[in-house]
Amino acid sequence: MASVTYTQPPPRRSPGRRFAAFLYRHPRVQLSLLLATPLGWLVIAYLGSLAVLFLAAFWRLDPFTADIVKDPGLQNFQTLLDNPVYREITIRTVKIAAAVTITDAILAFPIAYYMARVATPRVRNLLVVLILMPLWSSYLVKVYAWRVILQEDGILNWALGPFGLHGPGFGEIAMWLVFSYLWLPYMILPLYAGLERIPDSLLEASGDLGARAGRTFRTIVLPLALPAVVAGSIFTFSLTLGDFITPNLVSSVQFIGNVVYANVGVANNLPLAAAFATVPVLIMIAYLLLAKRLGAFESL
Amino acid sequence: MSTQARERPSEAGEDAPQPAADVRLEGVRKSFGDVVAVDGVDLEIDQGEFFSLLGPSGSGKTTLLRIIAGFERPDDGTVWLADVDVTNKAPFDRDVNTVFQDYALFPHMSISENVEYGLKVKGVGKQERRSRAEEALQMVRLPGYGKRKPSQLSGGQRQRVALARAIVNRPRVLLLDEPLGALDLKLREEMQIELKRIQQEVGITFVYVTHDQEEALTMSDRLAVFNNGLIEQIAAPADVYERPATEFVAGFVGVSNVLEREGQRFVVRPEKIRILEQGEEPYAGAHVESGQVRDVVYVGMVTRYIVDLEAGGQLTVVRQNLETSSQDVLEARGAQVRLEWRPEQTYEIGERGQMEEDE
Ligand SMILES: Nc1ncnc2c1ncn2[C@@H]1O[C@H](COP(=O)(O)OP(=O)(O)O)[C@@H](O)[C@H]1O
Ligand SMILES: [Mg+2]
Repeated sequence: MASVTYTQPPPRRSPGRRFAAFLYRHPRVQLSLLLATPLGWLVIAYLGSLAVLFLAAFWRLDPFTADIVKDPGLQNFQTLLDNPVYREITIRTVKIAAAVTITDAILAFPIAYYMARVATPRVRNLLVVLILMPLWSSYLVKVYAWRVILQEDGILNWALGPFGLHGPGFGEIAMWLVFSYLWLPYMILPLYAGLERIPDSLLEASGDLGARAGRTFRTIVLPLALPAVVAGSIFTFSLTLGDFITPNLVSSVQFIGNVVYANVGVANNLPLAAAFATVPVLIMIAYLLLAKRLGAFESL
Repeated sequence: MSTQARERPSEAGEDAPQPAADVRLEGVRKSFGDVVAVDGVDLEIDQGEFFSLLGPSGSGKTTLLRIIAGFERPDDGTVWLADVDVTNKAPFDRDVNTVFQDYALFPHMSISENVEYGLKVKGVGKQERRSRAEEALQMVRLPGYGKRKPSQLSGGQRQRVALARAIVNRPRVLLLDEPLGALDLKLREEMQIELKRIQQEVGITFVYVTHDQEEALTMSDRLAVFNNGLIEQIAAPADVYERPATEFVAGFVGVSNVLEREGQRFVVRPEKIRILEQGEEPYAGAHVESGQVRDVVYVGMVTRYIVDLEAGGQLTVVRQNLETSSQDVLEARGAQVRLEWRPEQTYEIGERGQMEEDE
């Protein structure tokens, strides 16, 4: 068979080409140029502010002059531990964040499962849009809408009234309801992605080996979806931990965020606010370590 | 001869009850929307047989296998496993196991947990489970790999685990969907021998899907050649190769050497054709035709000549490189040659499912 060679005109040596060739020969330079901006942002704006926060947590406020004294000490953390009010606020925040996470996981699983494994592509796309839709409107508007629902002469009591029932009113239950509503999409979407990634053949193999649907769900689907649940729970848990607007609007009790807000704005005690703000960070770190111990990231 | 004439087992007047076939399909049909994947298949597979479903991609082999496993329900027809109608039974209620093309090992379980899965589901005790799993791993030559995770194994090793996981349950029928498709040639050839050995060792009926004609010919006791959701021929490998029932089978199994002479179509296998030397006398009674070498393909051990015949048509001729070098054979391009073959080695082909020998 005759061999044919194709000849191309030699490429022109324009400056752009030479630069591209230089980058090709020096992949490290190329990588540095590519990452300089995002890395700079990450280090300065993101880690930098975290570092300032962490440092500030060890300063203190001079009680007489109300000036910030920058010699490091643990007195802020001491205050947080000693004062039962702060303890109670921390426990309440974590408790509600956990309740919201569990609620969202339970609500999200069937929806995500249906989207990933049952629905036709049309229905699936429709559901994705429906789930994302609440995210298009402002957070504040949504919480105010819940105020309207939950308030004493609100829609809920109006609907329950004929049955002799009464809504939960403002308080911890209201917070739990509103947070669960607000963060549900953040649980559904990662879970949907995680469930979609499980190959059909694994479920078929389980059935082929004699397992019924329930067993396949317990031994195959659930363990393989666990990393996705953890990913979603990081959102629901941390978003709840850090919030201060919802507690303000639908309850009369305080969250960690409310204390931080009050100390920065009203009391002007930045060090104490910083110390309290590190608490959710520590809780999240503990939570992630626990999830890792439970093997949540093993099949990633 | 009528080895290929298929008989419907359901026809009236059936004689005395035969020993139960392990798998029996009657008029099985399945379509996906407009696509007819399996278009009315009748098939009987005997106990202990190594049976292959051979056909090009998209011909419906996988769909048929999935119907036997219970992952798809046929639109029409009946599936029998050892004389039990399982058409409407779920996969977990059928005494078959599948080796999936992508192996489908559970990534979060160790190798031994994978292999023990079927036994655990059936409630087999821990002690027995352990020893049977280890035995199965031994059989596929992976003893002591139980603690690893699937991700720590190579493709060939995963394939063996998938086999062990299925075989440890001692199913009546093992279904394999192109189990060696993802392996490289050398490993594939090794595994072909291994699979055959294991099948003979355990005596389980194997239903083996492949698009590789060589694989089907070397491994099977019998095979069914698929085309467009239909079976073109069911026969032993040698019969399929030497006496293809249809033009499709002739072309798919081996090289398509089909000629039409005096209104008859027939097949001549390339290795049965001889190129006559200059001035050489043909055998008495041999059929001789002359033509021009259009192309020469040197493939190491043999050379393939593609010859345009004067009387019309084209033949591929294979010749061993006994004394010729690559240089010599490549110079044959464009040369005038005479070809001879024995008429008794040609096979007339007719419509689907029929065939007469050209004698
Ligand atoms: N789940 C399905 N949905 C739609 N079409 C399918 C499905 N499974 C198979 N088919 C179609 O059926 C035909 C046969 O497919 P298959 O049985 O996979 O063939 P093979 O295994 O021989 O390659 C193909 O045309 C394929 O596109
Ligand atoms: Mg296939």
